[in-house]
Amino acid sequence: MAENKYDYDAVKGFAISSLFWGIVGLLIGILISLQLVYPQLNFTSWLSYGRMRPLHTNALIYGFTVPAAFSLFFYLVQRLGRTTLAFPGLARVTLYVFNLAIVLAALSLFAGMNSSKEYSELEWPLDIGVVILWVMFSINIIGTIMRRTEEQMYVSLWYILATVVGVAVVYIGNNLAVPVSWFKSYSVYAGANDANVQWWFGHNAVAFVFTTLPLAIFYYILPKVTTAPLYSHRLSIVGFWSLVFAYLWTGAHHLVYTPLPDWIQTVAIAFSLFLIAPSWASVINGYGTMNGQWEQMRSNYLVKFIVLGITFYGLQTLQGPSQAIRAFSALIHYTDWVPGHVHMGTMGWVTMTISAGFYYMLPRVYNTEIYSIKLANLHFWLVLVGQLIYSVTMWITGIRQGAMWQAMDSDGSLVYSNFIQTLTPNYPFWNMRTAGGIIFFAGFLVFVYNLYRTIKDAPSTQKA
Amino acid sequence: MNIDKQPVIFIVLATLAILVGTLVTTFIPLFVGTTSVPLDNVVTYKPLEVEGRDIYIREGCNNCHTQTIRPLPFETARYGAPSKLEESAIDRPHLWGSKRTGPDLARVGTKYPASWHVMHMKNPQSMYPQSNMPAYSWLAESKLDFGYTEKKMKVLGYPFIGEDLKAVQGKTELDALVSYLMRLGRELKD
Repeated sequence: MAENKYDYDAVKGFAISSLFWGIVGLLIGILISLQLVYPQLNFTSWLSYGRMRPLHTNALIYGFTVPAAFSLFFYLVQRLGRTTLAFPGLARVTLYVFNLAIVLAALSLFAGMNSSKEYSELEWPLDIGVVILWVMFSINIIGTIMRRTEEQMYVSLWYILATVVGVAVVYIGNNLAVPVSWFKSYSVYAGANDANVQWWFGHNAVAFVFTTLPLAIFYYILPKVTTAPLYSHRLSIVGFWSLVFAYLWTGAHHLVYTPLPDWIQTVAIAFSLFLIAPSWASVINGYGTMNGQWEQMRSNYLVKFIVLGITFYGLQTLQGPSQAIRAFSALIHYTDWVPGHVHMGTMGWVTMTISAGFYYMLPRVYNTEIYSIKLANLHFWLVLVGQLIYSVTMWITGIRQGAMWQAMDSDGSLVYSNFIQTLTPNYPFWNMRTAGGIIFFAGFLVFVYNLYRTIKDAPSTQKA
Repeated sequence: MNIDKQPVIFIVLATLAILVGTLVTTFIPLFVGTTSVPLDNVVTYKPLEVEGRDIYIREGCNNCHTQTIRPLPFETARYGAPSKLEESAIDRPHLWGSKRTGPDLARVGTKYPASWHVMHMKNPQSMYPQSNMPAYSWLAESKLDFGYTEKKMKVLGYPFIGEDLKAVQGKTELDALVSYLMRLGRELKD
């Protein structure tokens, strides 16, 4: 099929939306990082930390990562299926509804309308909007896969289908609520059950937004840019099925030492440790594919993004299961170690992989070349350094604070009995974290500028 | 049969794979009684406390404060007895939290008088100069919206009398929040 028959309107629209909301989400991240040290920066109720933190996470999950997937997945299903998008009109409507929904979501969180459930704070009318958008997206993905002319579905399509199904199941399951008004509802679950369902959702938002989603991109881009065949098809099959099976059992590792019955916690811890295997199946597949290709780390900027991305995925999936173990959880749970962990995954693995995806895809859909490889390299180093500063400082201060909480004299009294004694030593680390975040943000701006120039200078854009 | 050539079968199998862990770890506990507990001993929320809890949710207090005390010696020395299932059994949603930028609040209602909370909410730095908690002085000036209080009580299924409902009228949002905070740690009779 000729290149110009593919439908790329929604691919382009969602990519640009993703970059825009990415900037917004990162800016809010920098503000809330500063607020943690300088409380006077809580300017008004709308800009107070308690409301901004959900805005930060929602903007980057639903405003940046999800539309990046809409964009890249609409591209991948067409290329891997050798067919055109099943419903291009629907895809354009999805784009407009999506951006409207994100604006309304942002306003509602500013105004303090939230369900309190982490990573699905939106109130029920917007939850319904999210579900409708997901159905619109899914119809196009599944419809396009159904009409594919390439019989075999490549690994990326499996991960895309897992994302489509998984997000739907966990998002609906966690957000079931009884409305009181247009702006307020109460969860149908109570107490420990509510917590259990929430973290079943929370951890599987990680599974289906931060794992299967970038893996779909990873498995497509890596062989493409290295021009080396995927190391092992068999490994990818075993890895896929064990991953989608095992992830759903692990949510309660977020609830270690809570009143939730022990058996649920223990099952979650056991499955968390098991998850190392399918996670590393992808890491090994990545490194295996690079076998004999390692010099491309020097010569090919895209390879750097992908290999560092999968490396952080590998580190993340060792660190995560170790955090589930009771003894380690007792030390680091509720401390800044955990945001340090999360941000290695999001700033390292997810954003690196999405960046590689956009760098690969956008010049192709605009029928042009990347504007500047130099800038792409600058982007790479800035986000790498920014993320490392962020994660490492948070791990250090997390262990420090955990140890101070635990410190007891021989007579059984607390060494740091006033909580604030354990809080204030965070401040220098949080300031370093803000610096890391700003460096990362600078890298992201370089990325956006590079893509902006790529699109602006493209022959197709010039004509139009 | 090669399932990676059969998208419909593939979707069905992937969904089943996802549902096994879901059913065992989240769905079954809803019904087999492992996480449900006798509620005879639980004190239900008064209307003003429900409104205060909703302020707590609106302001995202749960982003920085947990409400669950772990059964660990250093934890109980700091915060009191370990949290019990029944203490949050009627909470919709739960507010256990996941991060302690500030201290755990599961038993904070037994620690300070209400007047302490009023002062602290208005200006935390006046009491702890190095605290990073935002000031919530504006809550003291916002009149509590009681338009939905009765409906909330009905949706949540908490028993109430008209007198309790009247007690909400004319209160500020800070009054409601503090009445909720003062309840924390007093969830059970006796």
